[in-house]
Amino acid sequence: MMPLQLNQEETVTQADDRSSFEEKVIGLLDQLFGAAMRLVKNREDAEDLVAETVTKAWTSRRSLKDPENFRPWIFRILTNTFISDCRKRAVRPQTETFTENPSDAETAFSLFEELHQPFLLWWSNPEKEFLNKLLREDLEKAVDALPQLFRIVVVLSDLEGFSYHEMAGILKVPVGTVRSRLARGRGLLQKALWRHAKEAGLIKESKKSSERFYEKDKNDRL
Amino acid sequence: MKKTKTIGCEEALKHLLAYLDQELGSAKRRELEQHIEICRSCFSRAEFEKLLKTQLREAGREMVGASLEKRIKTLLGRF
Ligand SMILES: [Zn+2]
Repeated sequence: MMPLQLNQEETVTQADDRSSFEEKVIGLLDQLFGAAMRLVKNREDAEDLVAETVTKAWTSRRSLKDPENFRPWIFRILTNTFISDCRKRAVRPQTETFTENPSDAETAFSLFEELHQPFLLWWSNPEKEFLNKLLREDLEKAVDALPQLFRIVVVLSDLEGFSYHEMAGILKVPVGTVRSRLARGRGLLQKALWRHAKEAGLIKESKKSSERFYEKDKNDRL
Repeated sequence: MKKTKTIGCEEALKHLLAYLDQELGSAKRRELEQHIEICRSCFSRAEFEKLLKTQLREAGREMVGASLEKRIKTLLGRF
């Protein structure tokens, strides 16, 4: 009978549909969880966020036009879910007083500039030594300290490796906005690492004092 | 042979992050690579930013625990 046949076909496609969906989700689970961890900052909430994302993704799977875009598509659901959960949970509405346009002082901050000592001999590399001393925990803390708007782009770019174009699609903002948020986020991140390193005593002397030392040394020799 | 425009440090640094993100067009990329080859300071800066980016990526890597994987599989089983 015709109706029965149709039903069978439908069941078969749905089963196919479900198993390919499952395969893709399981393949991306570590990445989704990694991003979720840096967004919500704790294991339990991160697990909930991933579960909510997977459920929403299944419900709206028909909205994915091109199967090639599965990864950015499901990350879009993850970030949207995160943002709307934050709004729901916030006691007071989001009062992040950040303008989109980064001030020069913030984007211009460079850890490298702080650490680099151009007068040192070629084999000495304080900026690399600094990075080698950093622990995973230090980097996590610095990412976690970023305001949400900038944390999302840093996570999507530096942790998950999305292109500017993909991030623009995920966040539904122009590519220029992605660029400026990323520049600002990275500036703030480097500033946080610098602050942390000073507190933790990873930096013994400031560049300024060592420069003075070298200048003095040079003068002495003259 | 095509001639490549030479650029200074300021121009190189402006495009450095886009370069490391592999978001620079091929003409600009060549200019920047050429500058990095001859400029020790920009070369060190590029190495530094590259290493920091790699470290961030490593730090962001998480292993899903068995409980989450089971939870997701149960969830998917109900669909
Ligand atoms: Zn240079």
